Amino acid sequence: MPRLVSHPDEVKLVSRRFGMGATNIDRYLELGGYEAVKKCLAQGPEWIVEEMKASGLRGRGGAGFSTGMKWSFVPKQSAKPKYILVNGDESEPGTCKDHLIFLHDPHAVIEGTIIAGLAVGAKMGFIYLRGEYRYLLEIMERAVADAYDRGFLGKNIFGSGSEFQIITQTGAGAYEVGEESALMESLEGKRGVPRIKPPFPAVVGLYGGPTVINNAETIATVPQVITMGAQAYAALGTPRNGGTRLFCISGHVERPGVYELPMGYNLKKMIYEMAGGIRGGRNLKAVVPGGSSTPVLLPEEIDIGMDFDQVGKAGSMLGSGGVVVIDDQTCIVEFALRTISFYAHESCGWCIPCREGTDWLKKSLTRFHAGFGTEADIGNMQYLAENMLGRTFCPLGDAAAMPTIAFLKKFRKEFEDHLNGKPCPYAQEGVPQLTVV
Amino acid sequence: MSPENKNSETMSVFSPALAKRFDALVEKYPVKRSALIPMLLYAQDEVGYLSDAVVAEVALRIGITELEVRNVATYYSMLRFKPAGKFNIQVCTNISCMLRGAYEVYERFQEELGVGPKGVTSDGLFSVEEVECIGACCWAPAIQVNYDFHDELKPDLVSGILDRYRNPNQDQKKNKEKNA
Repeated sequence: MPRLVSHPDEVKLVSRRFGMGATNIDRYLELGGYEAVKKCLAQGPEWIVEEMKASGLRGRGGAGFSTGMKWSFVPKQSAKPKYILVNGDESEPGTCKDHLIFLHDPHAVIEGTIIAGLAVGAKMGFIYLRGEYRYLLEIMERAVADAYDRGFLGKNIFGSGSEFQIITQTGAGAYEVGEESALMESLEGKRGVPRIKPPFPAVVGLYGGPTVINNAETIATVPQVITMGAQAYAALGTPRNGGTRLFCISGHVERPGVYELPMGYNLKKMIYEMAGGIRGGRNLKAVVPGGSSTPVLLPEEIDIGMDFDQVGKAGSMLGSGGVVVIDDQTCIVEFALRTISFYAHESCGWCIPCREGTDWLKKSLTRFHAGFGTEADIGNMQYLAENMLGRTFCPLGDAAAMPTIAFLKKFRKEFEDHLNGKPCPYAQEGVPQLTVV
Repeated sequence: MSPENKNSETMSVFSPALAKRFDALVEKYPVKRSALIPMLLYAQDEVGYLSDAVVAEVALRIGITELEVRNVATYYSMLRFKPAGKFNIQVCTNISCMLRGAYEVYERFQEELGVGPKGVTSDGLFSVEEVECIGACCWAPAIQVNYDFHDELKPDLVSGILDRYRNPNQDQKKNKEKNA
């Protein structure tokens, strides 16, 4: 069972029922569950969308798009059925927050899905979990069945006359399926390759109908926003970055874990106070702030507030909230190689710059780390990565290119130290560390 | 009789319970084909891998060609066309796990079992492979044995985990004693 952590600076909204037995529907009701959806049934769709816009809630999957805006793009009238699609394909390395939501608070996901359905006029929602999360899928399925039994789902939800159905779905192992259009392809029983946009899913999505796709954490946040009110929720965060989010701190820290913090919380404080600092009293070398696809930050760059805008200004991205902390005994070339190997494995092969680019980068880095790199390789890798940017249907190509460019620029000296057949001078206990310029 | 209505108890490669489950699964979605990926995964859970017979029956049940089934199945990394061990050990070596010693854990599993990457032990009980991020980054290094998660591993915990799968009854006995 994943270990839960706690810290006084946390503001627990999405995580407030963690460890409290809320998988049980009666317990969830005791803890204030399904009150938000009743409020929404009374207030109507326009009110819900306006509340979501005013809350400043931005998508927790990585892109950080305004949830209220996304919902408002769905046409009111549609010949085809509309759908809500909950993205629980959580696969970005460094990210494990949805894992805890499904484990501890499945009804919050159901409640958020119903509210999204009411807001856009959809009668059906899908909750898609990655294939590896089988035990969590079973928890979700149990919760959905309980919600049907109580009349919270079905033809006449809460006796309101409105219909809403939820279908759970399992994936079978594919990072790319976390991209929204690939997710729809997978749900339609196909290879998870992306679709070209436009048309956007809000207009032509699942089975050709208008579709809202939200990350599981975003959806689980929705009932909290409705319950506490948009203004109060927004006030917890920073301007244009409402509320709290789950940060997954992993890697070389003393107390790794999933912490719920107000948007804009200081990254340095998060690492050194909340997570107990660097393991074994070592020094910090680098931080990946928002999942493996986000550009790495140097120790002198981490005195920043963790919201979408401030991390963007620092040259990286808040992404999925996966903070990976790297100590001074780690070889960045090896770390870059492991990151790129992942993207090369997960590239779906649809777009050539990504398919060939990730493979080429992996081969170059493998050779480089083994000590057979040349000076020209450094420039070539950078040139290659820069030419992958923006040239693919989906952001996987960018997700591989962006961290590569950052590693090469910020740790050029460390790459150069691998030149001319030298053995890797890093990553070994007791080996003196070379200074990074 | 159309192939989809065949008597699942006598003609299916699946157990009667799974065949019945699949009969319901194709009715679950607005479009039948949405059942394809779950069906392949559940079929693999029971049969062990996607054999030719599994692919053929799934194709009939969904109403698409075997080629289309293979086209989809080859995309997903959890689906396989060769048997794995009864207990398939999947060691995450992605960044968060790597930083906390995943490769040492992976090596220990290979040593203990005497097999290499993707190898299956001669008794067919275990197989071991390196996998990408399994969503347990804050509890690294983590592995999955089939669908069970094991968190915060160290190389020294490896043999204990293997024993628990070798002797599941002993483990239950111990639990009973503990609870008594």
